[in-house]
This record gives sequence, structure tokens and C-alpha cells, in this order.
Amino acid sequence: MTVVGERLQSTLFEKSRPGRGGDKIPHPPKDALDRIPAAARRDGVPALPELNEPEVVRHYVNLSQLNYAIDTGFYPLGSCTMKFNPKLNEWAARLPGFATLHPMAPDEVAQGTLQLLWELEGILAEVSGMRAVTLQPAAGAHGELCGILMVRAYHRANGDLERDEVLVPDSSHGTNPATASMAGFRTITIPSAPDGGVDVDAFRAALGPRTAAVMITNPSTLGLFEKRIGELLDAVHEAGALAYMDGANLNAILGRFKPGEAGFDVMHFNVHKTFSTPHGGGGPGAGPVGVGEKLLPYLPSPRVLRDDDGTFRLERPDERPTSIGRLRSFVGNTGVLVRAYAYLRAHGGSGLRQVSDDAVLAANYLKKRVGEAYEIPYDRACKHEFVASATGIKKRTGVRTLDIAKRLIDHGFHPPTIYFPLIVDEGMLIEPTETESVETLDAFADALIAIAAEAETDPDVIRQAPHDAPVRRLDEAMAARQPNLRWRGMTGREMPCPD
Amino acid sequence: MVPTDLRYTKDHEWVRVEGDEATVGITDYAAKQLGDIVFVELPDAGRTFEQHATFGVVESVKAVSDLFSPVSGEVTEANAALAGAPELVNSDPFGEGWMIRVKVAGPAEVEDLLDAAAYDALIAEG
Amino acid sequence: MPYGPHAPDDRERMLAALGIASVDELFADIPEGLRSSGLNLPEPEPELQLAARLQGLAARNRTDLASFLGAGVYRHWTPANVDQLLLRGEWYTAYTPYQPEISQGTLQSIYEYESLVAELMDLDVVSASHYDGAAATAEAALMACRATRRERVLVSHAIHPHYRATLRAYFGGGLQLDEIPVVADGPDAGTTDVAALERLLADGDAPVAGVIAGQPNFYGLIEPMEEIGRLAHSAGALFVGVVEPVSLAVLAPPGAYGADIAAGEGQPLGIAPQYGGPFLGLLASTDALVRQIPGRLVGMTTDLEGKRAYVMTLRAREQDIRRDKAASNICTNQALLALAASIYLATIGPHGLRDVAALGAAKAAELEAALADAGASRLHPGPYLNEFAVTVPRARAVHRRLLDRGVLAGLALADAEPDDPALADALLVCATEVTTSDEIARFAAALREELASDGSDIPDAGDRVDRGAAIPSGASR
Repeated sequence: MTVVGERLQSTLFEKSRPGRGGDKIPHPPKDALDRIPAAARRDGVPALPELNEPEVVRHYVNLSQLNYAIDTGFYPLGSCTMKFNPKLNEWAARLPGFATLHPMAPDEVAQGTLQLLWELEGILAEVSGMRAVTLQPAAGAHGELCGILMVRAYHRANGDLERDEVLVPDSSHGTNPATASMAGFRTITIPSAPDGGVDVDAFRAALGPRTAAVMITNPSTLGLFEKRIGELLDAVHEAGALAYMDGANLNAILGRFKPGEAGFDVMHFNVHKTFSTPHGGGGPGAGPVGVGEKLLPYLPSPRVLRDDDGTFRLERPDERPTSIGRLRSFVGNTGVLVRAYAYLRAHGGSGLRQVSDDAVLAANYLKKRVGEAYEIPYDRACKHEFVASATGIKKRTGVRTLDIAKRLIDHGFHPPTIYFPLIVDEGMLIEPTETESVETLDAFADALIAIAAEAETDPDVIRQAPHDAPVRRLDEAMAARQPNLRWRGMTGREMPCPD
Repeated sequence: MVPTDLRYTKDHEWVRVEGDEATVGITDYAAKQLGDIVFVELPDAGRTFEQHATFGVVESVKAVSDLFSPVSGEVTEANAALAGAPELVNSDPFGEGWMIRVKVAGPAEVEDLLDAAAYDALIAEG
Repeated sequence: MPYGPHAPDDRERMLAALGIASVDELFADIPEGLRSSGLNLPEPEPELQLAARLQGLAARNRTDLASFLGAGVYRHWTPANVDQLLLRGEWYTAYTPYQPEISQGTLQSIYEYESLVAELMDLDVVSASHYDGAAATAEAALMACRATRRERVLVSHAIHPHYRATLRAYFGGGLQLDEIPVVADGPDAGTTDVAALERLLADGDAPVAGVIAGQPNFYGLIEPMEEIGRLAHSAGALFVGVVEPVSLAVLAPPGAYGADIAAGEGQPLGIAPQYGGPFLGLLASTDALVRQIPGRLVGMTTDLEGKRAYVMTLRAREQDIRRDKAASNICTNQALLALAASIYLATIGPHGLRDVAALGAAKAAELEAALADAGASRLHPGPYLNEFAVTVPRARAVHRRLLDRGVLAGLALADAEPDDPALADALLVCATEVTTSDEIARFAAALREELASDGSDIPDAGDRVDRGAAIPSGASR
């Protein structure tokens, strides 16, 4: 019995038969396209599959059952905050008043959504201790780009044109250096200190008149609070640079630490992590950005404004010339923001603090249990996640972290994040979140401990795992050497077809 | 022991110098560390590189690594076979998996590189 | 806590296992001076009250209007199965498919998405997915710069103003962006000025990486894409087509007119307007650019037993591996919306999609005739598919007055392009298969009456708005 379904599907294209399906909308008049010049028209119809609705439904229901998901089980992916996604939020986002609202509708048509967005900005500002928040970015990395472009605008406005470097610790998310490059900066990577924290002295040595910003994840990607964050922020500001906080790990510190109060100048939120909006198999998310005083003038446009008479409106395109402009069309991933708003109102201030307390308690409890059989390279109080390592097991048995991860599938669990952060050998980054029961945490720890024992007695079983999944490990080298990225019917490479 | 007729960089490239022409590739050790190599990005003939400059990129399934030129000079040929068969770097790193040929600009530079014994010592350290 | 799992003694059990008395001890590493001042936010709200609050907010948005607004986001009929299927938790509560053995559903659906969009676009490689049409267009422009090692991009002024603004922000890191003007009058008015493009391309000091034009363009007009592409290629630049996906059932696809890259907004494929998102950024290219395209790619391969299977591939382009040299910083994307688009396309089928496009064109022709009869004729003479601009004196004021009559009269172009005098008296209107003849008649009748009045009694826009916006206590700024 696998943890997911077993009915592999042939493709939509193979299931297609000419003449099937259709009739969802009326037929158009024959002359409907006569006004379009022939040169601009398509020859024939696109070769899309032809299926009837029952076939489509079975195809996608059966495919869905090949997926592991939070709704089916524990998903301890470090750095991803895979918490329960409340059903009320899905209901809310689908209310016709929210779902059918056109983004270019006049403000007076959109007062309900504008009020929601305005209130949400206020809640996020309070949670982060920032002066103001933009809801425009569509994801965390998009928020990073927004933040770093504002940093650029700030230095330019100050005539500070020499600042072309962004400093990041070597434990950072890959999005941080990639963002710096996209915004036209050079990335300087700073090694971590032996205790896993930022090496303040190394940062101090690298800071200078060319430093535009420092990007820090706090708690770090090791799940550790940066104890010397105050010193680091002082050094950054003394050097005339700005401090960016990657908010990916905010779930650990709600109500305990406000980045804006501590002195960060800018941060992004991942509402699809901290505030429970679903990950959707890779997206959508939303990546609001909070700023302190210095970056206020550069926030993207349009902002949501509340006029003195209590009505809400979007800022006009020409209203704030200092803005960095816009990073996407319209105001943001509003449907996602409705869900985040519902989550925040459901919890209120006391509930949000309880979220972090429970997330941190669960992580420390699980760390202690996993530590029974694995190395814990940084063994102090963690925040919402921790790193375990299988270096000992690998030395003794040859079984690698990858193998252990795959074997967890046979035990019915989604594996943790592995080989991240890059600075830990054979690392597993484990994040339980606050919505898992102690029974689930124990069952997961028991599975990891059993696998550690099995590595000593029967390593080959682990190296060949998973055994109970619809497919075995994949030939990823072939996928990359001869990429097959689209169905080409009978002209494509022939692949064995499932029954 | 790696081939003794080659010189090596600390970044795991090898170079074979014959007259004023050098052939460059990556070592067996590097290929193993990277795993299944899926793509090699090489420069066009005619481009010139300083010693230790990045001349290309090698990708495996889940890693990517810059390639550093062991010598200065002008590229005379890139190994076209790697475009369709990057796995040659894994199967025959010192032979068919070669990457570029270079018209050497500074023959004395070779003396700065590691010999086989020194390179073996380097990889023994891990 | 509304979604917490703990029975009363569970926390004590965990604390006891850790040998601590309070969870506060786990936060002792936050330096005292930096600890939070607390959260000044409202109390938790039970589901019953919260549901009422959300319904109340939703009800403050007007949904009673006969809408002729498009401008990049289009109302369409979405077959009922699309959202029913999306609501399965196995889809929307799964993460990025990093563990392919237990993610074959998401992976195959992405492969099928790539295949469906490649077919629509007539291109080879489809990235799955980008934030929206504007961000995808910006990524296409950056891609052109990487591929050509040039630093200047030309964009038609006749693509959506939000897309142009997004391009400007993305190019804030040091690349050069120039606009190609539109033809001011004559038969080609409102389309990209091809002669001006030729002049811009001729500047040898700043070679052009890419040329971007939209089909249909922002004004709904058909552009001479083949000619624009030919000019771009003759200057060694790549050609980027910005397209609307439903139109591709009837208009020539980017691959057919020589586009190297296509970008666009996938919202019309089964995705609700949602006040701007989440939407679906479409991005596709020729095979030659496969190493330059940013974002997720899924390929077909086999498992170790030879069974067909799917996996994320060419990962070394991405930020988690290549870090500062990545093709883009994108990580979280719009996967669930790509799934929605796939289910939509699978359900509606090729003939259905053609019907959607053609019926929209027919309704638009009906709208054009009705509005002309009411006194508003087209601003531009050229051919269009289902969206066009009409000349209306005092367009902004009339637009607002029509709201009172239950009509959302498209977009007052002066709101989108305040600096363009040619657009001061124009409305951009569209029709799709969901537009009814009754709605068209209402619009035409209301417009006729407005045009007959002298406009002296037009009130301030804000006067009609219902008041009483509550500020959450503690959420002051």
C-alpha cells in the first residue's frame, strides 16, 4: 500500500479522440471572424486534446491521488512551513464579491477588497514592526526583488552611486544572491561562524562604502535565532548600508521579535508559509514587503490609500514620483491575500503568538527525539526548524541522507528538506509547524530512528527506496541530457505508456 | 594516480601541453564529485582567456560548476561531441571528455600548475 | 488557537521531555533589548463571526454591473469541473514536487501544461509558470538580453501600461528600455509604428537584444507581427510576442510569425479576475533558448525500472543551485493556476476554444454596432478581435455616470494613460462569449442618454460610496 495512489495515467494527448467533448458554450455565427485579415489568422485549430468531461475528471482525480499533500499527511519540509491550510480561507476567496472583481474596476466598485487590503497592510505592519507594507509582490523572491530595487533607489536618491555590493551569508536561500544579481548588484558571500550564526566580524570586514545592503534570514536557515543581530544591524547602518530581512522563517517569532523594531529596514513576508495560504504544488504565493522610514518613499505603486472620508482608493500612477514603479500588473495576488487576511483575523494577536510558541515547541521536541539517532550539528534551542545530519550513518554504512529521505516515503511520510542549507554535510532540515499533533511528531521520529537502525542491518533496502511508491527513483540524468519537455505525439521519443 | 603527463589546477582542471597547443578538461575526481554530467557550456573558437579565468560551465543534475582555464590563450576548438554526449566527461574525462583546445599565450604559466603527485595529494585531503 | 492540534496536556508533555518549565526558555536567545513590544491586534475571531465579516467585505464590492471591461483581464465561462478539481487537497496543499516519487500528479500535470501551451503558442519550451503576464514579459526581456549578450530592449508603446511599467522596474538594475511609438493616424492608427522601429534598430551604438510587441495590442488591434519580427531579426535581435491565449485559437501563434519568445497572461484560461491575481504568467520559447528560459521545467523520463515518469529538469538554471548566476530568482510560481489552465483547455477542447474566441469576436461586432448607433464610434480604424476603443466626449465622467446605471463601460483610457492626449476622450471596451445582447442594449441605451445630457450635473466620484470603513484596532500606521 503506497502513501499515494497507484493509477498512473497516460497523457491527455493519448486519451484524445477526434470529435469528443465540446458544447460548453454556444456555437458562434459562421462569419464571426471574417473581419480578421487572413494573414493574422491561425491555420486550422490548435492540436489540443479532445476529451469529454468525465474523462477529464477521472484524469485529474487519478493524477491528484499520485500526490502527497498536507491534506494527506505530515510534510516536514524545512524552510517551507507546510502548515494546515484552513478551509474557510478557500471558501472566502471564492465569494463572488471577491472572485469576480475586475482589477481595473473603479475604486468605488471595489471598496470591500480595498478595505481588506488596507487592513491587511496594517496587520502586517504591526506584526513586523515596519512603517508600511506593499502587497504587490507575488512571491517571496518577487518581494526580495522589490526590496532590493527600493534599496537601489534609496542609495541613488542619496547620490550614493558607488554601492554595488550585496552581502549574504553562505547559509542563505539561493533567491537572495539571485535577487541581488537581478537588481544589478554583485553578491559577496560571507561564511557562517562555527556556531552556525552570522559571523559578525566577517561581515564587519566586508562592509564598506560599496555595500548597498545585507540580506539576512532570521531565524537563520539552520533554524537558529541570530543572537548577535543587534551588533550586525549597527555595523550595517554605520557603513551606510541597509538591512534586508528574508522573512521566510517568520513563523518562529510572531509576537516575540519584530524586525522593524530591531532595526531592519526592509523585509518580505511569505504568506504561503507563515499565514497558511496553500502552496498549490509550487504556487501561488504572495510576498508582501514591509519597510521602515528610509524606504517609505520608494514603495511600489499603486499603494492602497484611505481618504479622510473613510473611502479607499488606489494611488494614481503619477501620485508619488519617488516610487520604484510596479513589479507586476494590478495590485497583487489578491485572492491569496484574502486567505491570509482570514487567517490573521482568525488568530488575532494572541493566536499568532501561540502559533510561534507551538511551532518552536514542536521543533525542539522533535529535535530531541530525532537526536536519539542522528547528529544535531547545532545543538541549542532551535526556533521553528532544526538541522539533523546523517554523517555518522553515511560513514558507517554508506547510506546517504537522500536514501533516508526516500525510505521515509515507505513509512508514509514526506521527506524533510535535504542538503540545505549547503553548509551542513548530509543535512536534513526538519520543520514540523504548529499544526501537527504530538502523536504525529512521535511517529515521524520513530520512523527516522527505525531507518537509522535499518541502515546498520540492511542498507540496501534503504539505498533502493522508495519501494512503496507508484514509481521508483527516476533517471534524472536522461531527463536533463535529452530534455523531453512537451508531448509531440507520434513524432516524439517513444516512452513506455502506463496501462 | 592521475595521468603523469598532465598538469592540474586546484579547481580540478587538467591541461596537456603539446608545443604551443594545450588541451583542457576536468579530472576524474571532479567528474565523480559532480555526478551525472548533463550539460557542458563551452566558448566559441576565437575567444581568449587569461589563466584561471572562467571559460565555461559544467552542469550535473543538481550541481553546477564554473570551469577555469589552466593557461592563458585563444580557444582554437571546443569539443563539439559534448553537446550531444555530455556523459563523455564522466566516462572518459582525460580522453574523449576533453573540453577545449587553446593556443597557449604564456607557456611558462604551466610551471605554476600542480603536477600529478601534487594533485593526488590535494584530492587525498578531500 | 483555531487550527492547533493540542489537547490540554500535550504542551506539558513536550515541555517535560525538554526539561523546561515554559516555552519562554526556548526564546531566551532573543536579546532582551530586541524582544517584541507585543502584538497590538484584535482578538481571535471564531469562524462564524469571521465568515460574516468576510461576506460583509465581499458584499461591499459591486458585482451587479454589466461589464465591458477587459484591458488585460477577461471574463469567460469556466466549466464547473475546473474549480471542483482544483479544490482537491492533493493539488492545492502539495508543495513544489521536489520528491518526484510522490509527486507524479503535479509533475505530469505540469508536463501536460507545457505541452498544451507549446501547442497553442507553436513553440517548443514552456516554463511553468510566472507570476503574471507583466512579470513574464519582463522575464522574456531579460532572457533576450542574456541570450544576445546585449543590453537594450525595444517595447511597443501599445502593450499594456502595467507591462511597460513592470519592464521599467525590472530594467532598473541597469539595462536600457526604449519605447516604440504607435502610429498616430491613418489606417494603422493605434498599432506599433514600424518605421519608427526601423529607426530605433538602426542605432549601432546600442544594439538591440529584443523587440516586444503585443497581439492583439492593448487597444485590441491586430499588429503586423510578422513584419515586426522580420525587422527585429534583421538587426540581430530576438522577437518577443505578448499574446492573449484564447485569441491563439484563431490568430496566428507566435511560432508561426517567427517569435523567439512568447509571453502573456493566462488568466482567460479558466481563472477568475480576483482583483488582479493570482494569475498565470505564460512564457515560452524556441528550443534554441532552452538554457536561457527561467522558471520551472518538467520533463518526461523513466524510473529505474523503465516506467514512464516525470521530473523537474534543467534545474541547474535555477536559483537554489546557481545562486547569483541563476537565470532568474523565481522560486514560488503560479503552479495551481497552470493546473487550472490545463484543466480548462482539456475540458473546453480545441474547437471549444475556437468557439470562445469567435463568439467573443461576434459579440464585439454587435457591441461596436450598438455603440456606434448610440453615438460612440471607434477611435482606431484597424481590425480587432474582441476589444476596441471608442471615442466618447468627457469619457472619464461618462464612465463614472454609467456605473449608476449598472454599466461598467470598459476602461476610461485616460485613467490608464493620463499623459496621452489622443486617449483623453476614449473608452476601451470588450466583449466575450459571456456578454449578452441584453447587456449590450443596456450599455448602448445608457450611453445614448449620457451623450444627450450636457454633463453639468456630474457629481464627485466619491459621493456614491458607502462609508464606515472600520480600522482594525491596533492596526494603525
